[in-house]
Amino acid sequence: MSIRERPYYAGRMTARPSAFNGAFLRRIAPLLLLTLGGCDWVVLSPAGDVAMQQRDLILIATLLMLLIIIPVIAMTIWFAWRYREKAQAADYDPDWDHSTSLELMIWSAPLLIIIALGAVTWTSTHLLDPYRPIERIDSGRKVEPAARRLQVEVVALDWKWLFIYPELGIATVNELAAPVDQPIEFKITSASLMNSFFVPALAGQIYAMPGMQTVLHAVANKPGNFEGFSANYTGTGFSHMRFRFHAMDQAGFDRWVAQVKASGAKLDRATYVALEQPSEKVPPMYFGGVEPRLFHAALNMCVQPGKRCMDEIMMTDARGGAGKESARDVAGLRHDGTIDVGGFHPVEPGKKGEIAQPAGMTPAAERTPAEQGHQAPGHQQDADGHAGHSGHGGM
Amino acid sequence: MATASPIDPAFLDQDGNPLFHLDHEPHHPEGSSTALGFWIYLMSDCLIFACLFATYGVLGGNYAAGPGPRDLFDLPLVALNTAMLLFSSITYGFAMLAMEKNRAGATQGWLAITGLFGLAFLSIELYEFSHLIHEGATPMRSGFLSAFFTLVGTHGLHVTFGCIWLVTLMVQIARKGLIPANQRRLMCLSMFWHFLDVVWIGVFTFVYLMGMLR
Amino acid sequence: MAPHPASENSGIWKLIFGRLDWSALPLHEPIVVGTFAMVALGGLAVFGLITRYRLWGYLWTEWFTTVDHKRIGIMYMILGLVMFVRGFADAVMMRIQQAMAFNGSEGYLNAHHYDQIFTAHGVIMIFFVAMPMITGIMNYIVPLQIGARDVSFPFLNNFSFWMTTSGAVIVMMSLFVGEFARSGWLAYPPLTGIAYSPGVGVDYYIWALQIAGVGTLLSGVNLIATIVKMRAPGMTMMKLPIFVWTSLLANVLIVAAFPVLTAVLALLSLDRYVGTAFFTNDFGGNPMMYVNLIWIWGHPEVYILILPLFGVFSEVVSTFCSKRLFGYSSMVYATVVIAILSYLVWLHHFFTMGSGASVNSFFGITTMVISIPTGAKLFNWLFTMYRGRIRFELPMMWTVAFMLTFTIGGMTGVLLAVPPADFVLHNSLFLIAHFHNVIIGGVLFGMFAAINYWWPKAFGFKLDRTWGVRSFWLWVVGFWFAFMPLYILGLMGVTRRLRVFDDPSLQIWFIIAAFGAFLIACGIACMFIQFGVSIWKRNELRDTTGDPWNGRTLEWSTSSPPPDYNFAFTPVIHDNDAWADMKKRGYQRPTGGFEPIHMPSNTGTGIILAGLATAFGVAMIWYIWWLAGLSFFGLLAVAIGHTFNYKRDFHIPRDVVERTEGERTRLLAAQG
Repeated sequence: MSIRERPYYAGRMTARPSAFNGAFLRRIAPLLLLTLGGCDWVVLSPAGDVAMQQRDLILIATLLMLLIIIPVIAMTIWFAWRYREKAQAADYDPDWDHSTSLELMIWSAPLLIIIALGAVTWTSTHLLDPYRPIERIDSGRKVEPAARRLQVEVVALDWKWLFIYPELGIATVNELAAPVDQPIEFKITSASLMNSFFVPALAGQIYAMPGMQTVLHAVANKPGNFEGFSANYTGTGFSHMRFRFHAMDQAGFDRWVAQVKASGAKLDRATYVALEQPSEKVPPMYFGGVEPRLFHAALNMCVQPGKRCMDEIMMTDARGGAGKESARDVAGLRHDGTIDVGGFHPVEPGKKGEIAQPAGMTPAAERTPAEQGHQAPGHQQDADGHAGHSGHGGM
Repeated sequence: MATASPIDPAFLDQDGNPLFHLDHEPHHPEGSSTALGFWIYLMSDCLIFACLFATYGVLGGNYAAGPGPRDLFDLPLVALNTAMLLFSSITYGFAMLAMEKNRAGATQGWLAITGLFGLAFLSIELYEFSHLIHEGATPMRSGFLSAFFTLVGTHGLHVTFGCIWLVTLMVQIARKGLIPANQRRLMCLSMFWHFLDVVWIGVFTFVYLMGMLR
Repeated sequence: MAPHPASENSGIWKLIFGRLDWSALPLHEPIVVGTFAMVALGGLAVFGLITRYRLWGYLWTEWFTTVDHKRIGIMYMILGLVMFVRGFADAVMMRIQQAMAFNGSEGYLNAHHYDQIFTAHGVIMIFFVAMPMITGIMNYIVPLQIGARDVSFPFLNNFSFWMTTSGAVIVMMSLFVGEFARSGWLAYPPLTGIAYSPGVGVDYYIWALQIAGVGTLLSGVNLIATIVKMRAPGMTMMKLPIFVWTSLLANVLIVAAFPVLTAVLALLSLDRYVGTAFFTNDFGGNPMMYVNLIWIWGHPEVYILILPLFGVFSEVVSTFCSKRLFGYSSMVYATVVIAILSYLVWLHHFFTMGSGASVNSFFGITTMVISIPTGAKLFNWLFTMYRGRIRFELPMMWTVAFMLTFTIGGMTGVLLAVPPADFVLHNSLFLIAHFHNVIIGGVLFGMFAAINYWWPKAFGFKLDRTWGVRSFWLWVVGFWFAFMPLYILGLMGVTRRLRVFDDPSLQIWFIIAAFGAFLIACGIACMFIQFGVSIWKRNELRDTTGDPWNGRTLEWSTSSPPPDYNFAFTPVIHDNDAWADMKKRGYQRPTGGFEPIHMPSNTGTGIILAGLATAFGVAMIWYIWWLAGLSFFGLLAVAIGHTFNYKRDFHIPRDVVERTEGERTRLLAAQG
């Protein structure tokens, strides 16, 4: 069932919170953690500095709001008791319905809190913008201006994650690794559907969207084995679209890279097209070599031979289109594929009743329930990933 | 510390006591809410067009390596089409003036002319569409064309329903004359017709004229 | 999947039935087959009973074709309650699945089934439970509170109700014929594009919402016109009961938001039916545009749901504290501000989609700003209790529960509005807990307060207290059991819509949540028992005064249930607590001098049109083009035919009014 027989939460257990940001937080933190009663609350005890700052923000915002929430709750209970009919409170006044000073108070108290919170929001949103390169490794250490950021290119496929390390020339599926205290820059896209790339222990999430690139800067501060997944529903295989993130020391990372490199497999375009086919519960895969600019092609939805890349198309569009004659020239433009379901929806010529393009989509969504969730893991490692793919869409 | 608010003198009886009910039914003119209700409906329709305009704004430049507005739009034809719709609004205005004077025959005449202008508008639009599709510039070709056909087509659909409504009303006027109910309906259709005119001016400006400048 | 045998059929089958064939019946899903058997048996029993007691004629003339806003209101409530049972059944199934699917277990629902369930749960609860219920309450109460005899457009009111019902019928049909969408309740493309969802599920979703949306929009137009045009003399805007104010603004939001939903779903259907490129990945489409547009509707939608209930709480607090509402005008302005701001916050639903920091902060801060007027409202209720004399009847109990619950929900909501915090909480179970916290704690608790408060007005007897109290505690306690674990799971980084889990340490929390759902189920059962017991004991619980709670607004000045014409004479208003003011000034109910009353007549056009709309929707879903064309032209013909009917009203004769009012005089005298 799972990717590897290993207690996943073991990684979390190692990730005990120790470094709190700010003296105030440091003082109240033990108290908070006591009530939280554990350490597997990964959002509240993450292992990366970005997630840590986001955690701090949650605590600060909550405390700010409790300033007004607690009195309101207390007053509700108190008034409900004090003025219950049985008590026959002497100050009952059925016509008392206005007090300017009270009105001022009830509008200004929330206003003040929101002003404070708004200021915190404005600054923190800018400081923690996922597109902004991180400036500190943790609360105590700054990132050297000249420091290199580990580049990781992420492609969300149906239903697994592809990670490309362009500088190292390696790629993996459903397994991500990075050295501790090493700033990482993720460039993220998706092959077909809207996913969200999320490693709670490391940093907040960001959407992975087809034909678009999002960016996330992060750093891991503690070694461990953490969970990552897609946080946006994408259909049948969504539940199993998980991967492990290994934060390790530099030596460990180097060993890991060597291990990946040792794998003979190479991720070229054909392998990518096969990999793109929908599959579930995919175990980690290693590729010792990667075709250059594969991520660029994935981002621009033109990995398959004959496809026209999005950036190229957009350039043409920016110049005002390709002229009248281009109206009928649609070769290489289709990405999503079409399926003839008997409607008005146009189907490419000669493809009636079949999927017009084998571009990683429909069929898996259309598998009958009996077929779902029972696909042999790793089947997509076959050179031609079309095996489980024929005969779909017969409706 | 408000207790009882002061009472409007209009709601006191002869002895200066407050009235709590009207002794006689107030005269609610028949259909008194219709104009307001229809106006609110039109505003909601306006929002649909706003969405389609916004969609066109977002997708209008996405030609998918296909033809752009300058390759496709035939401005003189569209100008002629615009003239048809503007004339139809004027003639509808004449119909309303005739209605005010309670001249059923003149009203019918102007309505018929309005309808003919409306049909002319629709015919030209259909010709334009078929021409585009014939050239391969179908709604499926690009985001730009999807947004274009949908925005212009939705307007055309509204004009179509306006024409059906117009014919219905002409039959009703023929049968019942310019009774208050029919006058009210004419007024609603008038708002609808002019509203479509205004939307078209937006379409002409933002889609066609600015498209040529793109 | 292998081609269906039916699709091998020649063109003739396709011509007649489109893509509908035997494989559309989910015979391989025992759960669905069982449900179908139960629904069919229940339906047959109801059908048989109605036939046995010859009630069809009565139902048709008195209910189905009625234009009486009160009866339409009641029908909306029944629709909402029926659909609530369905939506809750979905919730229970999800809770059981999530509590089970650990340690390699796939649970008892496959992805195909589970994904439909969470989509259906969201769609049904919002569109076919919350919306009908608030529309029902507004329909029933607003005309009474403003001293009107009916709404501005009584026929449209009937039509709106049947269109909403038509949408509900289509959703229910998807359970047994074909499938429902597997997309989440907002159906984001490209997943819902034809390439990734070629089945009928998304089409069911689209047509159910489009058809119900027509009803919602028209009832919004109708209620705005009613409130603006039909108020009793003397009722200036600043003398409107707060419930009418909040209803007015909710309906303004409906009119200003639902067209966006109509437009965006129309574009999605064009993508699916015609092959346009609005939200596709290729050919210049832009899926993010869908997300923007749908939330431009979606965010105001949650305020459409909550605003009328804020009005209910205001009415209830003031009545049961026997005190004027504190800060009436600040309440009004707060509502207006909330309504306006609700249009400036939609992007907070997707901070994580890569907008820039300034855009994110703008939308985050506007979202927080909403909490200021909301907080002001809460304080106003609080200071209405202050120096009051609180009677803890059921509506007031629900109100206090709301104040305590909603505060927490509001706090977690503001937390989610902080973009960097949202980056770790977006789409998590924390978010799920948050919006259930405000929707259950606000909308549903408010609805229960409203039902307990106005039931005696609608039926002439109070609801049983004992069972009501049981339902109350089970609900409140069950709610915390069901959703506290979800907050915690969210902080553990668990995301929504998962079907199976592999971290066994999470399971205990899901089991607690399932236990909470069980408590809520008992609470719902108690509520239905409460209705049954109350009907059974209606003579003990009878209220003949028409004013069982010592109410403050106009609806309590007439009998319970009110006569068809609501008020024998049009009331005149001097104060915003009109009825309290009348009582204080020693108002004497008139017992003579009645006149005939002008009323709208019933019509079957609404239900016929909605029936045709249902046929059209089903035909479009299954690609049965001839039926789609036929029903569309049928719609057009019936609608045009209806405009040829100029005689839409009648007068209730003087002697009928005299008799009705004389009966009330007698009852009031017997009361002493």
